[in-house]
Amino acid sequence: MKKKNKKLIDKKGLRMDGRKPDELRSVKLEVGILPNADGSAYIEMGKNKILAAVYGPKEMHPKHLARSDRMVLRCRYHMAPFSVQERKSPAPSRREVEISKVIRDSLVPAIFVENYPRTGIDLFIEVLQADGGTRCAGITAAALAIAEAGIPMRDLVVACAAGKVDETIVLDLMDTEDKVGSADVPVALMPNLNAITLLQMDGILNPDEFEEALNLALKGCKKIYEMQREALKTKYVNLKEVEEQ
Amino acid sequence: MPILFEKRQIVTPGELLAEGEYTAGENSYLEGNKIYASRIGLVNWDHKRVNVVALKGLYNPKIGDIVVGTVKEIGFSGWSIDIRSPYVANLRAADVLSRSFKPQNDELSQVLGIGDLIVAKISSYDRAHDPQLTVGEPGLGKVTRGQLMMVTPTKIPRMIGRKGSMVSTIKQETGCQIILGLNGIIIVTGKNPENEQLAMKAIQRIEDEAHTSGLTDRITQMLREEKAKREVSKNEEEK
Repeated sequence: MKKKNKKLIDKKGLRMDGRKPDELRSVKLEVGILPNADGSAYIEMGKNKILAAVYGPKEMHPKHLARSDRMVLRCRYHMAPFSVQERKSPAPSRREVEISKVIRDSLVPAIFVENYPRTGIDLFIEVLQADGGTRCAGITAAALAIAEAGIPMRDLVVACAAGKVDETIVLDLMDTEDKVGSADVPVALMPNLNAITLLQMDGILNPDEFEEALNLALKGCKKIYEMQREALKTKYVNLKEVEEQ
Repeated sequence: MPILFEKRQIVTPGELLAEGEYTAGENSYLEGNKIYASRIGLVNWDHKRVNVVALKGLYNPKIGDIVVGTVKEIGFSGWSIDIRSPYVANLRAADVLSRSFKPQNDELSQVLGIGDLIVAKISSYDRAHDPQLTVGEPGLGKVTRGQLMMVTPTKIPRMIGRKGSMVSTIKQETGCQIILGLNGIIIVTGKNPENEQLAMKAIQRIEDEAHTSGLTDRITQMLREEKAKREVSKNEEEK
């Protein structure tokens, strides 16, 4: 870390945007906002704005990608050119290809892929505005989109990051904290099965710090999960009201 | 341990439904001795079997199902039919012509063109093979007239009702022919557009309120009221 950087945590122990170390950014979730897609979701997490859309399951094209014993999940994580300060080239970068792969691997365990052999589903995650932690927010939205598409799932998947900033373990890093801070640990969780499907670490943490960060991230995941479940149910709330009459 | 939810409560995938001596029914699965939901829907159970009535689902082909499909592609010896399922169904030319098919004599596009609508039965299907259709039974074949409706496939059983009580009510009250494709496509054919409209209105209502009880009675009542209204307006016009 360079000494010139301004303090990321002030004397009161608050972060740049006034959050406490273990506080999440404000989250807004919406399900079923793209009528053309089989399933879709939108997430706002702080300044992050991300759309997720699911198409399928359908016949896999090209055919050689189909698996005779399971469904294939094809995932594209993409950042819009206008999602960051400096224009991002719309071509998929090395980073985006990797994140697409990581997101796919974190969602596949939650889907009953063996129920629909020889088919494929296409998942698109489009980052409209990015401010750190987009892969986690993307996973959270994608899980909702898959559930809304009526694809059978073992559990929803929810993701959240924790990290180390100014020698403090903090939850849900934003862009500056991620870049200037010393470590970032994104975690994806299947909350009911209590299974982790994604665990990465970027930076340096000692074993104790890592454990603290992981536990903090898991706590964050569980908080977001409640909102995720609420968002999914809200779409059908009108139905429930009819029922109560 | 008992069931953790009330009947007809909404659940999301992964929610723990019951623990102990239960079996997993539709849209739920067993892990150890716990039962979880696998789709968003409403919980229901009878005896030891826990079900989730899915609010949105896909059509899973089953042998013997009557489905409505559109011709997607004309092949060398048959058609590819879109049946709104993850799998594309095949219809053999020999089956439609009910004799052996000779490419030099028969032009497939003259029998069924792209975009044509057909009612067919699934004659074979398994995990390794795409569904095969047949039209060699009365009532099956090309659809030439009527109104088309699309609903979620999971709601078709509700439209059929107990032993077909729901469809037969609508058929009786409106005098319309109704074909319920188990893949969620419905064809309504009536003597005049008004009757078709009425039947479609009833079907729409069933889709919206599929998860409520006492629906058959309400639908009957609605149809009768609508018909009475029409009678009145007709009489007024005659005057």
